[in-house]
Amino acid sequence: MIATESLSKRFPRVTALDRLSVDIGPGVTGLVGANGAGKSTLIKILLGLSPATEGRAEVLGLDVATRGAEIREQVGYMPEHDCLPPDVSATEFVVHMARMSGLPPTAARERTADTLRHVGLYEERYRPMGGYSTGMKQRVKLAQALVHDPKLVLLDEPTNGLDPVGRDDMLGLIRRVHTDFGISVLVTSHLLGELERTCDHVVVIDGGTLLRSSSTSDFTRDSGSLAVEVTDSDAVPDGTGALAAALAAAGLTVQPAGGTGEYAAAGPGHVLLVDVAGEETYDTVRDAVAGLGLGLVRMEQRRHRIAEVFRTDEQPQQTHAWGAAPQERGSTDAA
Amino acid sequence: MPPETTAAPVHPAPDVIHNIGYRSYGGARLGRAYARRSLYSQSLRGAYGLGRSAKSKILPMLLFAVMCVPAAIVVAVAVFTKMNHLPLEYTRYAIYLQAVIGLFLAAQAPQSVSRDLRFKTVPLYFSRPIERVDYVVAKFAAMTTALFVLTAAPLVTLYAGALLAKLDFVDQTKGFAQGLVSVALLSLLFAGLGLVVAALTPRRGFGVAAVIAVLTISYGAVGTIQGIALNTDNTQIISWLGLFSPITLIDGVQTAFLSATTSFPGGHGPGTGAGVVYLLVLLAAVAGSYGLLTARYRKAGL
Repeated sequence: MIATESLSKRFPRVTALDRLSVDIGPGVTGLVGANGAGKSTLIKILLGLSPATEGRAEVLGLDVATRGAEIREQVGYMPEHDCLPPDVSATEFVVHMARMSGLPPTAARERTADTLRHVGLYEERYRPMGGYSTGMKQRVKLAQALVHDPKLVLLDEPTNGLDPVGRDDMLGLIRRVHTDFGISVLVTSHLLGELERTCDHVVVIDGGTLLRSSSTSDFTRDSGSLAVEVTDSDAVPDGTGALAAALAAAGLTVQPAGGTGEYAAAGPGHVLLVDVAGEETYDTVRDAVAGLGLGLVRMEQRRHRIAEVFRTDEQPQQTHAWGAAPQERGSTDAA
Repeated sequence: MPPETTAAPVHPAPDVIHNIGYRSYGGARLGRAYARRSLYSQSLRGAYGLGRSAKSKILPMLLFAVMCVPAAIVVAVAVFTKMNHLPLEYTRYAIYLQAVIGLFLAAQAPQSVSRDLRFKTVPLYFSRPIERVDYVVAKFAAMTTALFVLTAAPLVTLYAGALLAKLDFVDQTKGFAQGLVSVALLSLLFAGLGLVVAALTPRRGFGVAAVIAVLTISYGAVGTIQGIALNTDNTQIISWLGLFSPITLIDGVQTAFLSATTSFPGGHGPGTGAGVVYLLVLLAAVAGSYGLLTARYRKAGL
């Protein structure tokens, strides 16, 4: 779908992309990087809007430098920023955008009705977009990227500004774009956690260079762990300790989570991190908790902290760059 | 061209009836030229508030009416008093009603370009098959057409009235044609200037004010200095001063080439020699506007 070869983009003051070579196949691909890592720059180059300083890139087998218009006819783009005029309705706007993509008037209307329905906009599509919620606006933005039935859509931070529920809806929708609509997706985010649920493949870039490109299952295999928190009961005053012992006895690797960071609210030593050995691990944990008669407060797939990805990486200097945004990591884990 | 949207459910499950599935599109994709035409027609309609809210139709329609009513009155007078010529020249009409044209431009040029900048719709356009040039050409052409419709409609009224009043056909047709050429040049010039000024700011209000300021201040300044020149008997300079404001530029060109009577003080319009300079300045202004707009969108698109 997308192939770049030592692609570089330099601005007078910064290097946005530095000899980036990636090969992205069909399916849902996540492009992860901190703000300013070069994600948006890469998308603009892929759309043929901004020339690369050096190197080359191909989208759908077409060279971005020479066949930009053909690429843009078959590719959808959802920008990161707000892009909707408030005084027109979603229907009018998407119809206009469909025509701008080359669809004849009748087809533009039909496709607009279909696409808006697929992204989950119904009666409100006839109202001016100024009154829409952020979630609805994101859906319209997605609809205008899909309306001309592209082969590939580039989604720039589609979950920006959404609450956890809206975020999950949007991620589910993105998944469906591939599974139901058969359209390949390149989705950017600065949160690795939310992409691993949605994507088949994740590409991590930082400072314009490729840090890692691998399938999502590789990421999960590295450090699949389960966070478990239980209540204490009269019979078992130290519920956490008892559970740890029970799980260890069942042959699982258990360690208490630190008192700081993502599980600080639970208090030190109240959350156990259990290494996932396979599907049966969940059952073992459930049975152990039930056997002890404890209340299960939390049992969740632990979201990877992006830093962990780089701990295994052989570029230790990069971890520092990620460490600069601890707030963002925290919110991923919470979501 | 019929759209060939074929029903091809991805999951052909016979027991699912509520989901008709995603239908892929296999029909025509008409490409860049069609997209440019679509943007042109959308912008042109938008200039008259068509396809927009009822509120945004009021001003352009009102101005259009204000533009045409005097022509209707002139025609009525000419027909009923059985005049042997129209009481005003075709070429003079736009000069008389320049304030209306200026208001229309000030209201609609920002509507056309500032909105796209303000709501950041421009990058969406550039993610479509069109190029920057197409965007500029479509917007420029749409604004020019909108102004031409506004300025040519009263001329058509005058011409129709003149024929009804059985005035000399050859005479009237010649005057009408000259009038049309004049308002076409005016539309090009005003559209270019208006769009350049409006494209500088994403704020619509600033755009409106700036367009009005550019038109009135330049006209006011030129008129004042011409007046002073007339009083101090510097009649030579009067005909050159007209180069510095859009409406007097048009006045100069049509005085020199379209047998119009000048509205310069004392009737000191440019002759053919100076007229060539006027025409060159006008064409340079139109080309310059186009160049500035293209340069503007080189950055604004990203």
